[in-house]
Order: sequence, then structure tokens, then C-alpha cells
Amino acid sequence: MSDGIAITGAKTLPFSFTLPVVGAAGALFGLFAGTAQGATLLGVLGGAAICAALAWAALSLAGVERERAVKWGVIALFALAGLLVGRIAGAIVGALFGWFLGWFIYWIGRGRYRMFLPPYLTAGEVLWHYTFRVICGAVFVFLITPILVVMPLSFNAENFFTFTPEMLAFDPEGYSLKHYRDFFTSADWQQALRNSILIAPVATLLAVSFGTLAAIGLSSEHVPFRQAIMAVLISPMIVPLIISAAGMYFFYSRIGLQGTYLGVVLAHAALGIPFVIITVTATLVGFDRSLTRAAANLGANPVTTFRRVQMPLILPGVISGGLFAFITSFDEVVVVIFVGSANQQTLPWQMFTGLREQISPTILAVATILVCISIALLTTVEILRRRSERLRGMSPG
Amino acid sequence: MNLAKTLMASTALTVAAGALAAQDMESPVAGEPMIDSMTLVSWGGAYQNSQQKAYVEPYIEMNPEVSATWDESSNEAVAKLRAMAEAGNITWDLVDVVASDAIRLCDEGLAMEVDHDDILKPAPDGTDASDDFGDLIVSDCFIPQIVYSTTFGYRTDMVPEGVDAPDSVCDVWDTETYPGKRSLERRPINNMEWALYCDGVAKDEIYDVLATEEGQDRALDKLDEIKDDVIWWSAGADTPQLLADGEVFMGSTYNGRLFSVIEEQDQPVGMLWDMQVFDLDGWIIPEDLEEAELNRVLDFLWFATDTQRLADQSAYISYGPARESSAPLVSTHAELGIEMAPHMPTDPDNAENTLLYNYEFWADYRDDIDAKFQAWLAQ
Amino acid sequence: MSRLSSSGPQTADAPTPEDAFHETATLDDRARGPQRGTEADGPMLAADGTPLKKSLARALRAQKLRALALIAPLLIFVLVTFIAPIADMLFRSVENQIVRDTLPRTSAALATWDAESGDLPPDSAFEALYSDLFLAAEARRHTRLGQRLNYENTGMSSLFRGTGRDVDDFGEANVEMLEDLDDRWEEAEFWISMTSGTGGAAVLDAARERFIRLDDLSTRGPLGDAWCGVKGVFGAPCAVSAEDVDLGFTLSGDFAETFPRTAEAYAEFAVFMAIEEEETVADDEPWEAVYVALDRDLRALSPEELAAYDGPEAEALRAAQAALADVPPVDFRAAFVASDEDWGTVEPWRTIRTYAPPYTTGYFLNAVDMQKTPDGPALRDEDERIYGLLFQRTLFMSLMITFSCILLGYPVAWLLANLPMRTANLLMILVLLPFWTSLLVRTSAWKVMLQQQGVINDVLVWLGLVADDGRLIMINNQFGTIVAMTHILLPFMILPLYSVMQTIPPSYMRAAKSLGATPLTAFRRVYFPQTVPGIGAGSILVFILAIGYYITPEIVGGTTGTFISNRIAYHISSSLNWGLAAALGSILLVVVLVLYWAYDKIVGIDNVKLGG
Repeated sequence: MSDGIAITGAKTLPFSFTLPVVGAAGALFGLFAGTAQGATLLGVLGGAAICAALAWAALSLAGVERERAVKWGVIALFALAGLLVGRIAGAIVGALFGWFLGWFIYWIGRGRYRMFLPPYLTAGEVLWHYTFRVICGAVFVFLITPILVVMPLSFNAENFFTFTPEMLAFDPEGYSLKHYRDFFTSADWQQALRNSILIAPVATLLAVSFGTLAAIGLSSEHVPFRQAIMAVLISPMIVPLIISAAGMYFFYSRIGLQGTYLGVVLAHAALGIPFVIITVTATLVGFDRSLTRAAANLGANPVTTFRRVQMPLILPGVISGGLFAFITSFDEVVVVIFVGSANQQTLPWQMFTGLREQISPTILAVATILVCISIALLTTVEILRRRSERLRGMSPG
Repeated sequence: MNLAKTLMASTALTVAAGALAAQDMESPVAGEPMIDSMTLVSWGGAYQNSQQKAYVEPYIEMNPEVSATWDESSNEAVAKLRAMAEAGNITWDLVDVVASDAIRLCDEGLAMEVDHDDILKPAPDGTDASDDFGDLIVSDCFIPQIVYSTTFGYRTDMVPEGVDAPDSVCDVWDTETYPGKRSLERRPINNMEWALYCDGVAKDEIYDVLATEEGQDRALDKLDEIKDDVIWWSAGADTPQLLADGEVFMGSTYNGRLFSVIEEQDQPVGMLWDMQVFDLDGWIIPEDLEEAELNRVLDFLWFATDTQRLADQSAYISYGPARESSAPLVSTHAELGIEMAPHMPTDPDNAENTLLYNYEFWADYRDDIDAKFQAWLAQ
Repeated sequence: MSRLSSSGPQTADAPTPEDAFHETATLDDRARGPQRGTEADGPMLAADGTPLKKSLARALRAQKLRALALIAPLLIFVLVTFIAPIADMLFRSVENQIVRDTLPRTSAALATWDAESGDLPPDSAFEALYSDLFLAAEARRHTRLGQRLNYENTGMSSLFRGTGRDVDDFGEANVEMLEDLDDRWEEAEFWISMTSGTGGAAVLDAARERFIRLDDLSTRGPLGDAWCGVKGVFGAPCAVSAEDVDLGFTLSGDFAETFPRTAEAYAEFAVFMAIEEEETVADDEPWEAVYVALDRDLRALSPEELAAYDGPEAEALRAAQAALADVPPVDFRAAFVASDEDWGTVEPWRTIRTYAPPYTTGYFLNAVDMQKTPDGPALRDEDERIYGLLFQRTLFMSLMITFSCILLGYPVAWLLANLPMRTANLLMILVLLPFWTSLLVRTSAWKVMLQQQGVINDVLVWLGLVADDGRLIMINNQFGTIVAMTHILLPFMILPLYSVMQTIPPSYMRAAKSLGATPLTAFRRVYFPQTVPGIGAGSILVFILAIGYYITPEIVGGTTGTFISNRIAYHISSSLNWGLAAALGSILLVVVLVLYWAYDKIVGIDNVKLGG
């Protein structure tokens, strides 16, 4: 089931199939447009009629040769209609719909939807195939929309969390950079950023150095009580955060660590350790032990063996474990609220207070910045991964 | 330190030019060794901002070596102070709490008892601090700053057509006339009083009724009527946000937050001055501070609670200054330039029907009623 | 790119010392066997001449030690920074020292009282409560006890607060009588000369110990001084311990023998002055409780007995005895009832008695909506039962979240596993982006999406699907929590499912179809069973994470959409009922650990992969 190779050729299908399908799609959109304008039935009928007519015109009058021109025409048509009804926002929605309709007419009318599917599939199976994709698409939309919605709101000129009418009308008045300015000039936010930057790397370093050593120890064959030790080391990931936070709060208070930088770092390091253990042991599973023995045989002492042979091979695991540990600390809010004090307010803490105490879209500005950093990180990791796979001679993914 | 002293004295002179000699007095700890950083605990939001503007920034300007860190934990001050005391490791220097929490902390020995006349500046006319603050000193540990009230705000644009805007606290229960959600604080204080009042209990009998099991049940039964329509808030910013978003029709919050939504943010929100509950907010000093820490705190308090500073604070938020001598100095809003006095909860026009919050009662019964209220809420 | 996946059991092809060890062992046995047993065939030897078996055993031991040495730093780190705090917190769920520490004499006096008789406790209990409460009120510990007992019996808090204020005035008439009699009774010096001497150290030590327990001053925990060592390392050394503070006063043994109550009360006063006020008895006249105790002592002695007393100020004591005969003895019972009539009922006494032991199941009973009654544990009143409901709600919502994650994650994982690598990786970014985005960002995003004036409602209104005044309520309730948390936890379902599905060859389905199965049957009988391990792994992971969530329900859950975690946080930071928080936490922890155990059995914790 691979895309890219056309299995069936394209041909214009009979109108008896194309027009009802396109008409049905038009009716669906007409339903929404109609209800929005207060005329549901008219919307359904009108939508079906207009779309079917356009399909007929496109396929029989204009033909396949002028496909490009027809598509642009449809886009322009709907953008104009949208502009009349709903100003700029309407125009954008109209253009999007026009783009979809233009594509849909040819996709259905020319039978392109079957091009990449095995020819033996029944009509029902083809329908299911695309329904399935639409469902998956909806899930992806579910996953990504909340994150996308945050971004425009961070440019809100008002101090509240909702889209203002000005924003919806794409009025420049409705937008401003003031929340970003807030973030970069407010002492509180800057202090929080500094704290996060001070705490997360140190916690990561602790977690990675202890974790890697222990993972190497754990991966040797003869560790007594391996299961029990593993359970203990993984526990920070399993125990509900509120319990960890409460326990640390009381215990660290008792030994004078509550409200100190060291206390927060230790707590975060403990939370990051399971990730390091898991990723590094995973890389060690595929590790060929005869390599270390060969190195020892050739006269390398254990430290050199570790540095020159073992480390380079498990480095990807260490790095990705470190990344997880870093994100755990950088994104952690429950434990730091309990274990830290005002001097250790981190970004997430500041955001949490922001959400609860003084709701301001500055949080959304911070969120947008963080999402951008995430995207950059993800892309980097993906590029690194492809490179490493190429180096290792595996198929480029 | 000498330089700082001279600086402070001269600034005080310029600020209070023409004032009586009392204003030039130095703090009782001037010249003593002090640390240079303070951790102040407050409520966040507009209120903390007013403190920052009115006296923390001016103080730091006078003492550039000092840095102040805010901790927005006043909500949980009692719990956190207790945990800190248990560990013998107090990390806070000055804590802003409401009066009933101050009484509790004082009872538990977590707050320091102070002699108000020793550590607070007299009024410009020489009146002792304890007389200037008067009855508002409700506990030996408590250094009052402001009088605020908890009252209701409502969306003016969500009042149904042909109906008058709500003018009674009991309109909260009238979901027929005023449909829409309400927001109430997630704790019994104030809600129980309003519920009893709207259930027909006379104002001066509310606390007597509330002291009985039956009275508590009666209040909860009354609250039960609107339970499904209530969004419960726990932070002062919640109701303003909910009102601004149009999520609720009316909700209780502090009058200063409502002022900020109405006048500063320009939202279609109205204020209900009925059965507003007066309360006090002020500082407490945690018990067992190190000497140098305590000196810094006392030096700061001397400045931050003087007549002029408390009056200055009201230029940023509509809370009444706790000193009698500050009242005539209340002027206009720092940015908007509007007259602040009519927005104060203590203004006679706003205070026609008010309820004086009974600190003693709540200090005694808080745990009892809280347990019942939370159980009721969770059901 | 990271993914959470499970792989097969750990394998290592390279030979290891252990294999060799087993091999030699067999060789060895064979060597000893009768058929090949000539004298010359000794055990196999290593290069250095030691028997191979021994040499290998040593190598094995060395390897074990090295592995342990590598693990040890981390293990100790986790034990100290993580496991110890949790154990410490769990201990709070049964710890109940406060009643016995605050009211030691009352607990002892009530030990013989039959709470079921319906009678009030004897006068001695009232007197014991007076001396306990007086000291506690001076040390300001009584409100804390009131709060503690209020968790069990509502009303105890206000009872202790009120009586704590009044307790100074009990026996006022008797105190005044003494003071009016002779001005010297109000002088600190006079008291010191009367009570000083040698031989009363035991009374002072007892008072000191009592006060240290009351004020919680001892270096707590079984480790004692070791704690101070640990604290010292972190730069917070212990102050001079209360055990070593100099009282600046020694008690006369004779006085203590003749006036036991007065000696005890005065010793407490001395300890209080030294430890709490950092002064000595010379700095202030004694507090009222000492006068009241003297009154009791003088009444207990006959004039003849007192005449035999020849300690300092014996004359003044005799004068006092004569004068006090004119006022009635202090009626503690009446004084307590006058302060609060509840003291005249059995209820508060029964509560004190029930919760006097140093360890209690009370918090756990409370956590399952039960309470201690005279007839053993029983369910609370209908309107006080909330934790069962909360646990149910937590389980229900976690299940709903897990179920929605399966429903949404399964198709996506299938699509990802069956698309070409390059497209799949691109789509994978859409899954991973939320995964890497701050939890708070996602939660606030859902707030923006779901509220009544939020994006979804706006779109629905714009499309005309709902009326403007009929906007859907999707936040501050269970729906909000479930939607937001499904979104947050979905990647934890997709990733394990994806890695399992990747290993299923597509030819299986094709084979099934070519053998005549309908697509549905092929899926149901061939494909689905192979993905069950992935569903299991993902479900348990999502469920474990969901059940302990705190932040998201706090922000979008309102009152009905919150979890047990929120209740735990409430008890820690607002109601200060730390014992109950610990008990609720323990129950939650047990549930999670059982699930973890199941996860380990099904997937194997070694086989969880987060990167690759």
C-alpha cells in the first residue's frame, strides 16, 4: 500500500457518479453556510446545486487541459463570495473552500482517488480507506489545534484569553506584541527564565552522569536484585507527582533543603533519572560486549575502553535520555512549587501562577516561544537521527 | 550604611515637605546591621503591583543595595509557614495575610508579636501608630495596611432586557431573573454569611446563627440552590477573568480587582455595593527571624506603613488605607487620573449596607466550617 | 526521534563468564566421573595455576561487585532524594504523637476512664487537662491540637481555641488570695529561694522532656544526631539542642517531695523560660498554673505535715495554707464547663481518649469515609462521605481517558505504521510536538478552546450549530478534564502502539484475506490480537499517568472534574490535614504500584523504550 506509484490510470468518470458526490459535499458545506445565515434548507440545496454545476462546468466545458485555470477561478469565486458575506475572515474561509472544491472536483471526476490503490479493492473498501484517513486526519487536528490556537492569541492586544472581534476581523488594531515585550522586560519572567536555565542543565547533568553509570552497571549480566533495583530507579516516573512533591516537601524541609537551589536541583535530577536509565539501557541491549573485551585484550584500561569504545556507541541513548531529563526539569511544575521558594521560581511555576493568579496572555507568548523551541529541537533531533542512520548504513528513513 | 541613612533622611524630607517633625524620624533600627535581600509574600496581581509601586520600588530607590523577591503564596501562607517552622527554616521575611490568618498565625506562635508604637511611624501630627490604626489592629502580630471588601461584579451587557441591573446580593440566588453562571470563592467565608442573609437571617444575628450546627446546615442548604450554577474560584484574578470572558454573569471578588476590570481594562462590568464584606489585610513578621533579617524588615516596615505610603498605595488600587491619617491624602489614580475616593469601599455611598467581617468568629470556627463546606462541595 | 516501544527480551550472544562457569562445572563433574577418573586428571587449571572453577567464580564475583559499584551511587542518590521522602510522608499517615505530646497527663488520666459508661471523666482528668492545656496554651500548641482533633470530631478546634484563651483565669480567686496575702508571692526572687536546692533534678528533667515533646523540638526521626550531621552538610546545622539548654535553676528535692504539683508546674515554668524565652525563672514571676498547683498541694497537706516542713520560706507557706482555707478549692470541672459547655459532655473527652495512642488508623479510616466509633470503625454519615466518591471519580475519569486514548490512538498508530517511512516520520512530528510541548501550554490552550466564549463555542456559534445563548459548557467539569487529558496523554498511547504495529508484517492480513477472510474478520482474528500487547502497554502507561494528575484537573476541572490528587494538594496546602493527605496518597500509591507490577509482568520494565 505505497503511495507514489500510480497503479490505475486516470480517466474521466461518468457524471452520474461525479455530480451526486460533489453535490453531496456541496450540500454539507451549504448546510453550515446556510445555518450561519439563518437559511438552512436554502443553504443545502444551493450548495449542492452550485457545486454540482461547477463540477459539470469544470469537467465538460473546461476539460482537463485547463485544470489549473479552473481551480484558480473557483478559488477566486468563493473568496469573492466570502468577502461579501464576512469581510476578510470570510474571504479566507471562502478561498480555502474554493481551493478544496477545485481539487475535489478533479479528484473525484477524474477518478484520481483510485490511482494509488490496488485495483482489486471494492468500492466499499475504497470508501472505508478514505473515511479512515479522514478519521486519522481529525485525530491529528485534535492533537495539533490547541497548540496552533495559542499562537495567534499571544498577539492579542487585550489582556484576556479570548479572540476579540478585532482579531477575527484581522484588524491590525487587535494585534500587538505587548505580551512579548512583557516577557522580555518583566523582571519576574526574566528571573524565572534565568532560574529555569540554571536549574534544568545541572539537574540533567546529575541525572545523566549517575544514570549512565548505573545503566552500564545494570546491563551487565550478573546483577543481584536486578528487578528490585530497577523498580527503585524507575519509581520517580511511576509515583504520582503529587505524592513525590508532598514527600519531598516534608522531607527536604526537615533537612533544610526546602526552598534552596540545591533542593530543587536534587528533586529534578531524581525525576529525570528514570528516563536516562531507560534510554541508556535500551541502547545497551544492542551493544556487543565482545567489543569491550577486544579493547581490553588490546591493552586498553577500563577507563579508556569506556571513553573510546563504549561511550561513542551509547552516546545517542545518553543524549536522548539527557533531553528527556532536561525537558522533565524544564517543564516540571508540581515538585518545584512544593520544594522551591520564591527565589527558585521557574518558568513553568511562573506560568502556573500566571494561569491561576493574574491571568494574562503573557503566558501565551511564553508558550509560543516554547513551542517554537520544541519545533526547533524536534527538527534537530530528526535531522541528527537521519544522519546517524545514514552513517550506520541503515536505510534513510 | 551611613550614606543610605543620609539618603533616606533627605528623601523623607523631600517627600513629606512641610510635614511635621514626626515625619523625619528614622526607623528604630537605622544603623543596625541588615541583610540586603527580602522575600515578601503577597497575593500577586493588581494588589501586589500596588505594593510594588507604592513602597517597594521607592524603598529600593532609597536603598539601592536592597533587592526584594516576591512570593505569591499568601493564599497558602499558614500551611507554608507551619512547614517552615517545623523545619526550623523560615525563608520568608514579611508576609501579607488577611486578618483572620494573622490571628491564626499569632495563636500558633508562627508570627511575631510586635509593639505597634515602637516599630511603626507616628502619624504626621504626632499621633501614635496604635491610635492612628485604631481598632484595625486586631491582633498583636498584625500590622494592617488596607481595608478592602469582597463584593459582587456583574456583566452589564448580560442583564436581560427589560430587567433592572441587580442591586441586591440576593440576586445571586435569583437565577430566574438573572440567568447565567455565578462565581463564588471556594471557601465558606463570606458565602455562608450571604447565604444566611438571603435566607432571611437578620444581619446582626448572622454569626450567632452560623455558630450552630443548624445554622451551618441552613447556609449550606441555601447555597445548594445555586450549586449547579457556580464556578468556584480560588485566586483573586479568577472572577475578573471569568467576567471579562463572559463566562459568568456575576461573581464575588475583591473590590480592587473589580475596579481594575471596570476602569483600567474597560470591560462591561458593573459593581454591586450591597452586603459587601469588609476585611483587613496587612503584614505579619514570621517568628524567629535572624537579627539582620529582622532589622531589614523593620526598616522596610517603618517606611512602607507610614501615612504617605499607605495613601500612595490607593493611587494604584481602590482599597482604603488602614491609617486614619492617610485618608485625607488619598488622591487620584496614578495612570487614569480619576478620583479614587468614590471607589473606596469605605466611601459612604458604597457603604450603605455592609457586613463587618467577624475575625474572631472565623479564627475559632474556620476549621469546623471548612470541613463541612469542603465535604458539601465535593458531593 | 524518540519513541516509546517495547522490544523482545534482552539477549546477548557473546559468551560470558557465567556460561564458562557452568561449562567448567560440568567438565569438572565429568572429570570426577568414574569412567575417566585417573589420578593425573586433576581439576582444570587456569593459567596462574588456580583451579579454573575457582578462578571463574572469582571473576564472576568481581564482575558482580563492579556492576554494583556502578549502580551504587545512583541507587543511594535515589534512595535519599526520592524514596526516603516518600517513606517519610507515608509515615505521617499513621503518626499521631501530637495528642499524647500535648496532653500527656490528660491521656494518662483518661486511660482508666470508661468512655462507654456515659459518665463524665473523674475530677482528676479535669485537673490534668488544666495543667496540660495551660502549658500548651503558653507554648501556643493547643490550637494545633484542636485542629488535629477537629479532623475527627468537628467542633474541637473552636473548643480548644476558646478554652485556651480562658485557661489563664481558672482559679483566679485562689491566685489573687495568695498575691493579696503577701507581696512577696509576686516576686520571682521569693519563688526561687523557696524552691531552689538540690535533689530535684529528676522533676526538672521530666519537665524538660515533656516540653521538648510538646514543642516538637527534638531532632526528630530515629536517627537523632545523625540528622544534625546531615543538616550540617547542607549548611543548616542544628542549634544548641533543647536538651542541653541551661535552665539557670536547680530544684530542691525536699520541696519537690512535699509539694509535688507545685514542683512540677514550677519546673515547667523554668523550662519554658529557658528554652522558649531564652531567659530564666529570675526574670519573671511564675504563671498562674504554679499558684493553682500550690493551692492544690497546700490543701492536700495537713497543718501537721506542713509544720514538719523546714525548707526555706516555710513560714510563708504555712501562712498561705491558713489563708487559702477561706476560699473554696479550684473547681476545674466547673471552670471548664463555664468556658465551654461542651466540656460537660462525653464527646470531646471520648475524642481525646480515642486518639491518644501515638499511632492511629484514624487517617486511613477517614480516607475511606469511615471513622472510629465506640463499636469499632464505621461508615461516616451519608453527607460526610466524599473520598469513596472521589476515588470512584478518579478511576472513572482515568478509565475514560485511557479508553479515549485507545480509540483515538489506534487508527493513528496504524496509519503511521503502514505509511512509507518518510511520510510517517513527518506525521510523527505532529504526534511528538504536543508530547514535547509544555504541559501548562497545552492546558492553557484547552482553557482557551473549551470555555464558553472559547474557540470551539465560537466556531459552533458561527456555523450556527448552537445558539449564542446556548453555548456548550465544556470546561470546569468532567468533560473538560477528560478532553484535555486525553490530548495530553495521547502520545503515550500512540508511541507504544506504533512500535508494536511496526513489527507486524502486512503480509499476514493479505494472507488472511486471500484465504477468504473478510477484511473485518482478518482484522479481528489476525491483526488485532497481535496489537493487544501494545494496547496493554499503552493503556497501563496512560492510566498510571492519568490517575496521579494534578495540574490539568486543577485548571480545567472545576469541582466535578478534579482528581484525588487535587484533594491531596488541598489537604497539604489549605486544610493542613497532612496525615489525611498522606493516607490518601498511600492508597493512591498502592493502586499505582499494583498497576506498575502488572505493567512489569505484561511488558517488562526493561523493555520500555523512550528513544532510539
